[in-house]
Amino acid sequence: MIDTLRLTAEDAAGLLERKEASGQELTRAYLDAIEQRDSELHAYLHVVGETGDGVPIAHKDLVTTKGIPTTAGSRILEGYIPVFDSTVAARCKEAGLPVLGKTNMDEFAMGSSTENSAYGPSHNPWDPERVPGGSSGGSAAAVAGGLAPWALGSDTGGSIKQPASLCGLVGLRPTYGTVSRYGIVAFASSLDQIGPITKTVRDNALLYKIVAGRDPCDSTTVDLPQAVEIPEAEDLRGIRIGIPKELNEAEGIEPGVSEQVQKAIALAEELGAEVGETTLPRSVDYGLPCYYLVAPAEASSNLARYDGVRYGYRTPGDGDLTALYERTRWEGFGAEPKRRILIGTYALSAGYFEAYYGQAQKVRTIISQEHAAAFEDYDLLVSPTSPTVAFKIGEKAENPLAMYLSDLLTIPSNMAGLPGLSIPCGLSDGLPVGLQLIGPQFSENLLFRAGHALERALEFDFVPERLRG
Amino acid sequence: MARWEPVIGLEIHVQLKTRTKMFCRCENVYLAREERNTRTCPICLAHPGTLPVPNKKAIEWTVKLGLALGCQIAPRALFHRKHYWYPDLPKGYQISQYDVPLCSEGSFVLPTEDGDREIGIVRAHLEEDAARTEHFGGVGGRIAGAEHSLVDFNRGGTPLVEIVTRPDVRSPDEARRFLQLLRQTVVELGISDAEMEKGSLRCDANVSIRKAGETGFRTKTELKNINSFKFVADGIAAELVRQEAAYERGDEIAQETLHYDPGRGTVALLRSKEYADDYRYFPEPDLVPVEPPQEMIDAMRAEVGELPGARIRRLETEIALDLAEGLVTSGRDALYARVPGDRRAVANVLMNQFAAAGIDPEGVNAEELGKLIEARDSIPRTTFDEAIAASGNGDFSAERYLGETVITDASELDPVIDRVIAANEAQVLSFKAGKEGVLGYLVGQVMRETQGKANPKIVSERLLEKLKD
Repeated sequence: MIDTLRLTAEDAAGLLERKEASGQELTRAYLDAIEQRDSELHAYLHVVGETGDGVPIAHKDLVTTKGIPTTAGSRILEGYIPVFDSTVAARCKEAGLPVLGKTNMDEFAMGSSTENSAYGPSHNPWDPERVPGGSSGGSAAAVAGGLAPWALGSDTGGSIKQPASLCGLVGLRPTYGTVSRYGIVAFASSLDQIGPITKTVRDNALLYKIVAGRDPCDSTTVDLPQAVEIPEAEDLRGIRIGIPKELNEAEGIEPGVSEQVQKAIALAEELGAEVGETTLPRSVDYGLPCYYLVAPAEASSNLARYDGVRYGYRTPGDGDLTALYERTRWEGFGAEPKRRILIGTYALSAGYFEAYYGQAQKVRTIISQEHAAAFEDYDLLVSPTSPTVAFKIGEKAENPLAMYLSDLLTIPSNMAGLPGLSIPCGLSDGLPVGLQLIGPQFSENLLFRAGHALERALEFDFVPERLRG
Repeated sequence: MARWEPVIGLEIHVQLKTRTKMFCRCENVYLAREERNTRTCPICLAHPGTLPVPNKKAIEWTVKLGLALGCQIAPRALFHRKHYWYPDLPKGYQISQYDVPLCSEGSFVLPTEDGDREIGIVRAHLEEDAARTEHFGGVGGRIAGAEHSLVDFNRGGTPLVEIVTRPDVRSPDEARRFLQLLRQTVVELGISDAEMEKGSLRCDANVSIRKAGETGFRTKTELKNINSFKFVADGIAAELVRQEAAYERGDEIAQETLHYDPGRGTVALLRSKEYADDYRYFPEPDLVPVEPPQEMIDAMRAEVGELPGARIRRLETEIALDLAEGLVTSGRDALYARVPGDRRAVANVLMNQFAAAGIDPEGVNAEELGKLIEARDSIPRTTFDEAIAASGNGDFSAERYLGETVITDASELDPVIDRVIAANEAQVLSFKAGKEGVLGYLVGQVMRETQGKANPKIVSERLLEKLKD
């Protein structure tokens, strides 16, 4: 009997390698778990259940998969079946990973709870009355709920790190440019990155190794400066960890979250890390407003292609071209994409471009410089991933600004194009708390090493308490 | 009456004949009459998640054109997104260039009777062509009144260079000649077939007038989609007349986009430009800046030969400017240089009989053609035309045509002339009554009787003499 809740991807690979389970048995186990629990969790939008020689994987529903519906959580892509594979899907396929299914997400990755999915929210395996975070909430719910050994998510403002945090998982937002965006339904091109959501840091490194690397189909990708290393080290000797004051003392961080993060930092010191305070004076104050200009501006452009002419939803109504556009988009998009298209269109309008998008790009440069300055003294920076633990479904759904604050701590380093790893560091009120480790560009190996050592020392149990047998 | 000075600027679009499209690997069908929508892929159909990869050849060719136009090549050029809504634009934006084009600040020399005219080049930038929409059920394929429209994406994504001149052009004829010379330049660079009737060369004209002595510019109108060299001159001329008349009446000129109707010889309103289009330009985040390497620029510079303008100047020492210009812009000047004999005679034959016969100058045996041209007064006209028509054949020899000599001997011609006079009594009477045009008819009759072998000049002289009797 395969315990999918407990089984890591590495464990699963071991079962296959030692022939203790066949690919078919493995997929069967996950399909059974999906049957058993997905009616409660709603982690999946489409279950495929392929079998193969490798460890099966779930893809966020914006990862284009040939022949498998890809909706990006939107009505406007209902019924769209891609004719090609995204580069990451193709790389997973080449590595022998069969597709279990496509996971739920906030529409076009716009949101922090999956409540913006056109197909209804996913539920947190730790407490189904709560959100799993978002926008990659379906991927996080699937992995935490034992419905997939590992999954791919995408992160624009925190959409991997935050749901990983809320579901007690490991999530990597890689350095911008290390993972191909070819075939990833675009939200904000200068910020979108694909990354793994897993139970352990080693699983994360294993999956990152499969998907990372330059892709001739994505001009913004680069060759990795070093090969991905699967972490082994159990200490943090020689690593300098900075605690940016603003990221750790921001308004709205729950005391229970701070407490767990501080305990983890103390543990890091015990493991040999050199820990000190540092500062990112403007990154936290300006990161969020700046993000909410850049991301909607790019989204307003990226979402222009959904016009009802070539694929996806098309209004059944009759009328001229303008009516076709207006009705298709009015009926096809939910409230959040509409809100961001409006903001973004305004920010790019003639006469406003310099004041909004142009200015935001300048602030982005300042944010990068501040982080670079902090990395002169420290190898890694640390903070909570999310200011809060998982919140109740409906709690913030009617208040976009409150929802936007979920990403307050993940956005600054994202704006700077930096990698960040969220690992679970404890519980607050019985719900997982995530620790965010931020490194300089291309420091994934260091993040994995530090994350792995901390993970071992923290001994966090990733199986949700209520599901432990 | 005030003297009005035309102020004309041109915007020229040139489709590049690269093997593949601008941002995808689809075959660039380039004018071929292919079945619709057979040269498409997820990228040029703007499927979700697809990304552009720039065509290296198109960048090189744009640089080559820029160098031929005396432009500066940007060390770091940018692609921008230009947004508008139309089904021929599947992404909802065109990837184009905005504030940092590949080529800028050039000038193009147009030889004229009054010396060289320098037409300033503001910029030459690279972009992707739109697809083609076809409208059905309306009048003349227009969108107004159409029942439905279809889109053919074969053309969508063809590399397109846009060249913008300064408002330095001062007459409709100058505009036509500039365009013809520019076309020849592009053709000789080997980057485009530049055929106006097929749309691989397109021209828009910005037209305004001002009183002699005025230094500023008045409101300009834009003449769109002019599809022949003749219509460029005619359209601008018609618009100049309209503007002059308006100012003379005391009216104002509105900023409008106009369409030239060659059938009526008038311009018609296409759309008002009172509210400038807002294209919401912003730097394309899916592409990195283009930094042309010096070696590439040097290689392109080496590929630019002697420019057509310079060759016209060189030929002008031997023959009249219009003949020189005609030879160069029709691509016959190389043959002209190879053909021995009287320069004016060779140029005239090449631009008249040879041009009318539509022979490719490339493979012509110049020595033989020279012999033929030298003998043109001593052989019958029909024989000469026949010989010219055969001059493109690989085994063409002038010899067999030179045997047939024209009848110049009056004693041989007189009996024929007398017969013609006798048979055309009515015409002879009307000639004697003063209708001198009838002479041509009578000459023609004589030529017919002699199967074209008579020397028309001598026939004409003899006829005149006899009719005076």
